[in-house]
Amino acid sequence: MKRIISATVMNESGVLNRLTGLLTKRQFNIEDITVGHTEDPSISKVTLTVWVEDDRKAEQLVKQLHKQINIIKVRDLTNMALVSRELALIKVLTTPDTRSEIKMLIEPFRATVLDVSLENVTLEVTGDSEKVDALIELLRPYGIKEISRTGITAIPRGTQKKVLELHPYSIM
Amino acid sequence: MKASWVAEKKTVETSLVSGAELFIQGLQNEQVEVIFGYPGGAVLPIYDALYKAELKHVLTRHEQGAIHAAQGYARVTGKPGVVLATSGPGATNLVTGIADSMIDSIPLVIFTGQVATQVIGTDAFQEADIVGITMPITKHNYQVQKAEDLPRIIQEAFHIATTGRKGPVLIDIPKDVAVKAAEQKAPSEIRLPGYQPTVKPNILQVKRLNEALQQSKKPVILAGAGVLAAQAEVELLTFAEYYGIPVVQTLLGLGGFPAENSLSLGMGGMHGTYAANMALYESDLLIGIGARFDDRLTGNLDHFAKDAVVAHIDVDPAEIGKNVPAEIPIVGCAKETLSALNQSAGDKLNIKDWHYSLTNYKTEFPLTYKKNESELKPQYVMEILHEATEGNAIVSTDVGQHQMWAAQYYKFSTSNRWITSGGLGTMGFGFPAAIGAKIGRPDLPVIAVVGDGGFQMTLQELGVLQDWELPVIVVIVNNKSLGMVRQWQEIFYEKRYSQSLLDIQPDFIKLASAYGIDGQRVENEEDLRKALTAALRSQKPFVLDCVVSADENVYPMIAPGKGLHEMIGVRG
Repeated sequence: MKRIISATVMNESGVLNRLTGLLTKRQFNIEDITVGHTEDPSISKVTLTVWVEDDRKAEQLVKQLHKQINIIKVRDLTNMALVSRELALIKVLTTPDTRSEIKMLIEPFRATVLDVSLENVTLEVTGDSEKVDALIELLRPYGIKEISRTGITAIPRGTQKKVLELHPYSIM
Repeated sequence: MKASWVAEKKTVETSLVSGAELFIQGLQNEQVEVIFGYPGGAVLPIYDALYKAELKHVLTRHEQGAIHAAQGYARVTGKPGVVLATSGPGATNLVTGIADSMIDSIPLVIFTGQVATQVIGTDAFQEADIVGITMPITKHNYQVQKAEDLPRIIQEAFHIATTGRKGPVLIDIPKDVAVKAAEQKAPSEIRLPGYQPTVKPNILQVKRLNEALQQSKKPVILAGAGVLAAQAEVELLTFAEYYGIPVVQTLLGLGGFPAENSLSLGMGGMHGTYAANMALYESDLLIGIGARFDDRLTGNLDHFAKDAVVAHIDVDPAEIGKNVPAEIPIVGCAKETLSALNQSAGDKLNIKDWHYSLTNYKTEFPLTYKKNESELKPQYVMEILHEATEGNAIVSTDVGQHQMWAAQYYKFSTSNRWITSGGLGTMGFGFPAAIGAKIGRPDLPVIAVVGDGGFQMTLQELGVLQDWELPVIVVIVNNKSLGMVRQWQEIFYEKRYSQSLLDIQPDFIKLASAYGIDGQRVENEEDLRKALTAALRSQKPFVLDCVVSADENVYPMIAPGKGLHEMIGVRG
């Protein structure tokens, strides 16, 4: 199952290495990972998506990450109400015929054209992963030259369901 | 006004000292008594500062010896072991010991030299990325960028190594950082927002365990090294005796509960006693205390404590539920948790049937081996050792057959007498660890029980015995083979003894004598007793080469993939 984990870490050199090294050591495969500063420049936030077999593995992952000295807080956001976004840059091959067609096609996705050349256009799209996937599939027949995706970053919503409805962990 | 302000400013003295001086001060602030180390290029400034300092330094003959000695020291004193080595090969030679400390939760603070900051990353002479290399095998590690950070980092490192679940912390010091002058600052408060170990247990979970106890007809305690790390031996004894709960010990937990106590079932696991393993197998309430349910203890997890409610007490939350799901998880140190349990103790239990059947197992299927007049049996060597030292010696071992025999037959009644490489299973560990133990506890007899294979991995440390005239007794359990490998090849590989027979070996006695150390080769019980008594009395280093039967196997045994109830060789 897919898990979205958020880790608040000290903004020190080597922290990311420590985090990803730990995942490798415990045999977790990272689907995607984003890192950035928070409101406090000495603290960064890492959002990672991983595939795990079951809840026990997920619990192990959270606990092992939490054990790291310069990881301050770890949260499994999977079962929380959250907003998550990913940004993708997509370079699509175009001909004079398809150019306006593509422009129409991307409109419902609220994607924007960042760059145009004679042979291709570069688009920017933001949304949850499913939306980004859908747009890519739609554009594939035109010929995709290059894709660059950031991976998911996420934040829990201001209002959460009652704690009882959330998935209970044995501890933490 | 203005003039006085200037004058005041002048009186603020900023005394500058070198990074190396700050290193010495940092260690003195932590009350470090001894450093185990080996010099080299990148640590020359530190060794120069040590030259003047009043700090005991034990020069081993290899960095691996230094770190194992520090481990032995930490095991018997409960204080963190301190290691110092140079950059590159000096640092990489420590890796085995660091991994060993990590998996067995031994508190160490390891200092490595590093090439100067300007040349880090240029593949300079004796450069190795030791911080990168040791990241997965340390509790935490640092590279010091500025000399003024050293006092804070040293303080943090000792704090991290010795609190929560203990472990090794490495500090990498570039050469220029040790040379640079920095301001001396009084140690401040430690600020580690990401490190807040939970020591006190959750009262609700303690209550749940108390309730579960009242329901239980077949409770059993599995006591691990966490009991020793937390110095919770008294609390454990009180808890077990109040309810009459039988106690199984892990390999590393030996000594945490007196072996002679009627509730003691001995060691559990792959070479554990029948009673211990059957107690774990049949139990309806398993209370794990500071034990991590290692695969050598549990055997096949499908058969492990399958009818039991599992309560798991551990200071490391990540251990709970890792291998065995726990119905009653208690995050907390063994001492605090057992105290809480003792304070809230409920009614005494009526579990006579359980005691009766376990006592039966104990008397019906004790540890056993066939004695033989013509040969010296390794198990008998351990029994004689126990007798001659009145069970009061510190015993240190490598890994393998001799380790299991020592664990089975040297009955530990006191804590901090047993040093062994459990999780990592490091050959060559026992002898240097014994050196560190003797330095930490000069008042106690120290015996390194080693195999003929493992001893040859670190025997250069005989030089340290000679140097410090340390009365460590090295007992070589000599079966001219890598015994445990040979045993597995005999049982699982149809006696194809691939690379496990060591027929050609040095004359260990001559070797000892080259270091100015006395020794004796013994082949029978009488000579062994005499030599041992003499060695213990002499207060000098001694090497005792015990020629034992070569084809003896460790039993009982649980084959890999089998459950705890599927022991073989129970009847000797």
